[in-house]
Amino acid sequence: MEKNLNLSLKVWRQKNAKDKGQFETYKVNDISTDMSFLEMFDVLNERLIVDGKEPIAFDHDCREGICGMCSMFINGRPHGPKQGVTTCQLHMRSFNDGDTIVVEPWRASPFPVIKDLVVDRSAFDRIISAGGFISINTGNAQDANSLPIPKDDADESFAAASCIGCGACVAACKNASAMLFVSAKVSQLALLPQGQPERKQRVMEMVAQMDSEGFGSCTNTGACSAECPKEISLTHIARMNRDYISAELSSTK
Amino acid sequence: MNWVTKMFSSSLGQKFIMALTGLFLCTFLVIHMIGNLQLFKSDFGLAFNTYAVFMTTFPLIKVVSYLLYASVLFHAFKGFMLIAKNRKARPVKYAVQDGAANSHWTSRNMGILGTIILLFIVVHMKNFWYEYKFGHDVGYTAYIQDIHKDTLVSQAMEPTYTQVKKIEEVNYSNESGQYHVTIVKDLYKEVAVEFKEWWLVALYVLCMFAVAFHLYHGFQSAFQTFGINHSKFNGLIKFIGIWFFSVIIPASFAAMPLFFFFK
Repeated sequence: MEKNLNLSLKVWRQKNAKDKGQFETYKVNDISTDMSFLEMFDVLNERLIVDGKEPIAFDHDCREGICGMCSMFINGRPHGPKQGVTTCQLHMRSFNDGDTIVVEPWRASPFPVIKDLVVDRSAFDRIISAGGFISINTGNAQDANSLPIPKDDADESFAAASCIGCGACVAACKNASAMLFVSAKVSQLALLPQGQPERKQRVMEMVAQMDSEGFGSCTNTGACSAECPKEISLTHIARMNRDYISAELSSTK
Repeated sequence: MNWVTKMFSSSLGQKFIMALTGLFLCTFLVIHMIGNLQLFKSDFGLAFNTYAVFMTTFPLIKVVSYLLYASVLFHAFKGFMLIAKNRKARPVKYAVQDGAANSHWTSRNMGILGTIILLFIVVHMKNFWYEYKFGHDVGYTAYIQDIHKDTLVSQAMEPTYTQVKKIEEVNYSNESGQYHVTIVKDLYKEVAVEFKEWWLVALYVLCMFAVAFHLYHGFQSAFQTFGINHSKFNGLIKFIGIWFFSVIIPASFAAMPLFFFFK
């Protein structure tokens, strides 16, 4: 059995969107290395409640790495030190006894802090509403075999579709750019026949919405892809760059 | 809004212009480096000085050079604007941010590297471009080639000497042989004199490191911005970006001041 951990946590506390916020330091003792990072926060929050203090607000939902809610910037990296994981999949065995862990919310002007570690990511929803869909107005589902799709394209589309919209790409990017998210959502449809009718319009409108939300621009540092829990590839950003320019040049709008 | 304005004012369009001007500046570096290799010739600067006349008089080169000045200014100006915009996208900074864990440091410091290069261009233009075109320090030199014996002698003209055309060439012969005389502004000598200053040499060499690091990220990044990211070509783009643009080009440029300093 591994030795349990005693840790110092420096956590961002902010009462509401208007509050200035500051760091507070908490000691947590006897933390099992098998706990997830969120379970460690549960333990801390239980104690804060017992002590009559305000527990730390943080987002979480599925706790199995698919909801994309657990937005924590841990020791300078989104979702902490491991690659390809969300915060709920980060285990305390990734830390050492006596460590000080700094936990901050995502920092980006389109992601305003609601409380403590909770940010409002509805900017992503507005980008999806702008064009991240296909329009099927009526009728039954078609026979799947009537639409031949090359296996490679299907795989590539599926890889893009594995984006959970967690916002780690924006959080990691030095410019708070949303290019990886938007490009994944553009690519998953651009690669499939169902996405073709609205392909040009989609990329132009999603890029316009992304810009109006106030995200920064892409400088191809690759930090987004390196920190993405689903390891979405930079090739999707390249595809969106191509699609955007060719859509602007060739569309009638 | 006009579609062209709309396209180039979007975040993707602006990056597209950055990539386009950046790659254009890369092609300029190739020409500039190859041309300047003539500084290494042991001909008292004849080849280099006649090349300098060609570069400042040939109409096509003149047009391209104005396009080049515009690109430098645009690339720098747009770069600063994008940095300001990107800073605004994160008004509250992280207390701890571990950029080294997920990206190369050159890619995170393009603005600083670019600023160093911009300041270098100002110094460099003052040293040579301004002095050559408007300064009074660059004198004329006559090169006397013996056509039969294939020997070359250079003779600096009086400091007060001046001529209307940038290059004067005459053939003459006397009892000792046939000669071809070329009289040009001696930019080569200006280069040789300037690069005897140790601090200027040090500045030039250090700035070439900034060029190397800027292009290490910049060249490859431009292709990604154009949407060229494909397993068939990425190896070649990376190879050219690293070995040619961030090693051979800056090293060749750095070798020039060092050559004259130790000569």
